[in-house]
Amino acid sequence: MNEIIWLGRGGQGAFTAAKLLGAAYTIDSREKYALAFPSFGPERRGAPVRAFTKLDTKPVVDRSQTEKADYIVILDDTLYSPQLQELLKDNGQIIVNSKKTINEAFTFDAEKIAAEFRLPTVNTVMFGLLIGRSDIVTAENAVESIKGYMPPKIQERNISALLKAKEEAVK
Amino acid sequence: MKKFLSGNEAFAEGIRLARPQVISAYPITPQTIVVERLSEMVEDGSLEAEYVHVESEHSAMSCAIGASAAGARAFTATSSQGLLYMAECLYYASGGRFPIVMMNADRSTALPWNIYGDQRDSLSQLDSGWIQAYAENAQEALDLALMSYKIAENKDVSTPYMANLDGFVLTHTYETVDIPEREQADKFLPPYETDNRIDFENPKNMAFSAGPDTNYIFKFKEHEGVLAARKVINETEKEFAEIFGRKYTGLIENYLTDDADYVIVTLGSIAGLCRETADKLREQGIKAGVVRIRYMRPFPNDEIADVLRNVKAYAVLEKDISFGNEGTVFTNVNSALKKSGINVKGYNFIGGLGGRNISASDIEQIYSDIANGTEIVNFIGIGGGNNG
Repeated sequence: MNEIIWLGRGGQGAFTAAKLLGAAYTIDSREKYALAFPSFGPERRGAPVRAFTKLDTKPVVDRSQTEKADYIVILDDTLYSPQLQELLKDNGQIIVNSKKTINEAFTFDAEKIAAEFRLPTVNTVMFGLLIGRSDIVTAENAVESIKGYMPPKIQERNISALLKAKEEAVK
Repeated sequence: MKKFLSGNEAFAEGIRLARPQVISAYPITPQTIVVERLSEMVEDGSLEAEYVHVESEHSAMSCAIGASAAGARAFTATSSQGLLYMAECLYYASGGRFPIVMMNADRSTALPWNIYGDQRDSLSQLDSGWIQAYAENAQEALDLALMSYKIAENKDVSTPYMANLDGFVLTHTYETVDIPEREQADKFLPPYETDNRIDFENPKNMAFSAGPDTNYIFKFKEHEGVLAARKVINETEKEFAEIFGRKYTGLIENYLTDDADYVIVTLGSIAGLCRETADKLREQGIKAGVVRIRYMRPFPNDEIADVLRNVKAYAVLEKDISFGNEGTVFTNVNSALKKSGINVKGYNFIGGLGGRNISASDIEQIYSDIANGTEIVNFIGIGGGNNG
């Protein structure tokens, strides 16, 4: 099972990214299963939010929060702390939206790409970076998930940002 | 059509296919999304229904009763304190034999105030005369929404139906769901027709009072109605499987129970983790099994007796406690065994209250505890208590 933890602030769309990933993973196969859920509780703009995506080739029955993740994707670098390493599996990776360099994490200025495509938030950029750093879903399926689950008006810009981010991450 | 949906959204899709004519709505976490989605469906015209914003849960149920008494298919949804606030009206709905369907997002009851999932809200209403179903995942939630009206509206049943979804872990978790085709749903569920309605051409007295001489007859008939659902649930699931290809197993669902020594009896979304743990223990040579109760009313007395007859010990794992006694599911399971003359060691494990996580290692511990013997009533993470 692949497990991804998303960290963001209320309003940044961390949970939307978690959902898009789950949808992308399951979109073209009946043999693939996913769960996506937010850290449960009252929702407040700006407050730290966790979201989780679990991906497997059999039904995912453990509905509890991930304790060891393959990837931790952080939408706001003020939410990064070195203790997050404890939530990683042995070969796990942390991906952070940051202008700074962080030891033991892959950092990238996601806001630059978001600005280029006039997006108010970096969630699909971070999704693109994750795809670039891993092979858990294909870019084609990620694009399909955006087409299926985002409002039509913002699909194109999000798709462009995702694809650009994927390219940048592979460089 | 396959979609990635939350439990609430999946249930709303099932309700859209069931074509209720009146929806009364009062939002409460974690039920809110289901009534939000239904309001969007009414707004975009994909669901033709009268959508009534009411001022409380008491009014939500009253409105549904009024609609049903006019011969309409009615839907509402609630959770926790909302369910408790509407409790008075639950009895009017069942006593009036109005086949209303309600989704309840299972949530903790105050105080201490808490919005997270446990089953103390719905289990407190077992005696209200409603059919009570518990879903495990979003697909089953959608399918229950569609099957619920067919069961509730059956002439032999004529009983309201409460479909329970674990708050957050089911209502707010997204997974892949197969949404049936409109034509197939219409074929499965015809429009509601009833004589139990206000009719100016054929006036009759409804919702009347009945004194000591006749009241008990109405209560006996009400009991018969809920019991009749046993057969109707099986028939409905058979027809559902023929049309939609998904099979359900009646009042309970058994897993690896045929030769099991140790069985956990539970309900709702935790059952999956119990099955996975049973698999793991089987690899170690321990004969573990799981019974998932799908319906608490009508209660699966015979089914539970049959499956637990030859086990060495069983545990009832539930997100409920009847203070001063034990978990209510445990009481019901023990009664089923007693009625069949079965004497097997049984233990009660109370967990998940106020949304507390139940882990795979907690479940492994339960299997180990019932094999070795433990207190009769146990709070997971706290320990056993004297059961009076």
